[in-house]
Amino acid sequence: MADLILTPNIDTPDDFYAELLATHEGLEKPESDALNARLVLVLANHIGDRDVLSQALKAAALKEETVK
Amino acid sequence: MNKIFETPIYGYERSPDQDAPTPVRHQVAVIGAGPVGLAAAIDLAQQGVEVLVLDDNDKVSFGSRAICFAKRPLEILDRLGCGQPMVDKGVVWNLGKVFFDDRKVFEFDLLPEKGHQRPAFINLQQYYFEEYLVERVRELQSEGAKIEIRGRNKVEAIGTHDDHVKLEVETPEGSYTVEADWLIACDGAGSPTRRMMGLDFVGRVFEDNFLIADVVMEADFPTERWFWFDPPFNKGQSALLHKQPDGVWRIDLQLGWDIDKEREKRPENVIPRLKQMLGDDVEFELEWVSIYTFQCRRMEKFRHGRVIFAGDAAHQVSPFGARGANSGLQDTDNLCWKLKMVIDGRAPESLLDSYDAERIHGADENILNSSRSTDFITPKSEMSRLLRDAVLDLSEHYAFARPLVNSGRLSVPCTYDGSPLNSADAMGGPERTRPGSPCPDAPLGDAFLLPKLAGRFTLLTIDAEAPEVIEEDGIRVERLALSVKDDPTLELKRRYLGDCDSAVYLIRPDQHVAARRPSYDENQFRHAIRRATGKEMN
Ligand SMILES: Cc1cc2nc3c(=O)[nH]c(=O)nc-3n(C[C@H](O)[C@H](O)[C@H](O)COP(=O)(O)OP(=O)(O)OC[C@H]3O[C@@H](n4cnc5c(N)ncnc54)[C@H](O)[C@@H]3O)c2cc1C
Repeated sequence: MADLILTPNIDTPDDFYAELLATHEGLEKPESDALNARLVLVLANHIGDRDVLSQALKAAALKEETVK
Repeated sequence: MNKIFETPIYGYERSPDQDAPTPVRHQVAVIGAGPVGLAAAIDLAQQGVEVLVLDDNDKVSFGSRAICFAKRPLEILDRLGCGQPMVDKGVVWNLGKVFFDDRKVFEFDLLPEKGHQRPAFINLQQYYFEEYLVERVRELQSEGAKIEIRGRNKVEAIGTHDDHVKLEVETPEGSYTVEADWLIACDGAGSPTRRMMGLDFVGRVFEDNFLIADVVMEADFPTERWFWFDPPFNKGQSALLHKQPDGVWRIDLQLGWDIDKEREKRPENVIPRLKQMLGDDVEFELEWVSIYTFQCRRMEKFRHGRVIFAGDAAHQVSPFGARGANSGLQDTDNLCWKLKMVIDGRAPESLLDSYDAERIHGADENILNSSRSTDFITPKSEMSRLLRDAVLDLSEHYAFARPLVNSGRLSVPCTYDGSPLNSADAMGGPERTRPGSPCPDAPLGDAFLLPKLAGRFTLLTIDAEAPEVIEEDGIRVERLALSVKDDPTLELKRRYLGDCDSAVYLIRPDQHVAARRPSYDENQFRHAIRRATGKEMN
């Protein structure tokens, strides 16, 4: 079973974060919310693995001790 | 217009039972002449069981209600002798279109798998469906079968005993009492039987209302299923347009929770809504209008001693996915062969408990699916609407999002995984024919597989040796010997052999797989027969 990666895995984290903010730039709150929702779905499909997705949902809910 | 659902087809007639000095005892009584009660009665009568159907009405379903019938129930109806008229009359459709706001986001083709005698779905009004079942009852009667429908016979009280059931029946000429060894309650979602026996019906009500209208129109909409999310003509809600025979179209319009039902149902309110949807210039006539609140519930147990519940009386689902009548027919398909064996003393009464186990499994699967569809169609929180709309927006651009769009997952039969009647899979063949599965059809030259498996235990051998007949403790199993060569399209091989060279399947009368092995083994198959008839329940 594949494990969800919860250690640093993005090459240039500052660039990515800036790009994420830029994508939301100029959007009203409802548009931004919709964009986030679409982003979640696009990423989820890319991951595909049901098991990893379940781990990701749990990790995002901050319900368990997941930070390593 | 003379609507068939306004004409009595099993009108009241006085029965000699009403004048009998002591209550007359019947073998099986069925309460309710809806699709499920009629199917149960036909199934039993075909097996030589004497059966009495009591219905408080004398007509077929008022308005069409169910319109979409799936392949598995059609296969069951073939065994009951009325599949053909349904398919002949029904509308076959494969194409669906999904709209969001003011645009079409995508379309899909059901692409039904080849090599099945019956189509994936037909659309047919429930009143025709019931009419064909009643015609079949008449045919059986003319052949001497002991089957009777008594119209305007309302069951008012039930007395349950260890070995029979007593019924108080109200008629236009007063009440009388009858008895039955067994009772099948098919008296619908509001089941008076359930209420009279003080049994629960637990589940979930969806806080929403749907206007269901059948309209007759000469419009050139194609034979497709059109589903709208949040359309301009019904802002914030959903809508469905689907074709039925005779130029009748089904329209579902979601209305929301806080509405005045009586007001919304009036033609002067319905017609403008429909005009907005269909366009001002389309001429149509209202055939039937109703408003529903959908629910998903089931009984905790379907069998209570000599009383067995089936169809909507036992479980109710929201119509998204067309699982109501479709699953009710699978109930009776599961129940009737078992009941026949118990009546004949060829199987222990406990065999009937497997009906509970298997059909509760089916009901839960249907409830799960139709609840999920309802949640997608009618999102109840801001976030579920946001995610739903995100799926729809993405579906216009990217194929990946389309499988997430859920406007109803159309009814498919369930596999009885873990059933006490299954023997462990000793073959490792295709997944879809593992023990517990409903047998998929397969072409055999000019014929098809399923009609050859009808109504009795069968030992299906594919390129394998086995005796022609096995008798095990009163159960007779006949062999059906096939070879992969019987099907040049190789579907039989794909569906029943996979990578194996040969196979022997024990198939139940309801065409579900009980056991399979690569070759015949006398002891193992005798054991499997005992297991499949409730004689080895552990
Ligand atoms: C809008 C809508 C759309 C639907 N679409 C579909 C679909 O596309 N596909 C599908 O498979 N299903 C669909 N369904 C569900 C389907 O209509 C039901 O599942 C089906 O009618 C259930 O059949 P039944 O025989 O169990 O009960 P019912 O059809 O409700 O029949 C019960 C019978 O019992 C009788 N009865 C009740 N009480 C008594 C009494 N005390 N004494 C004697 N008789 C009594 C009644 O008169 C009635 O004839 C839909 C339902 C609705 C409302």
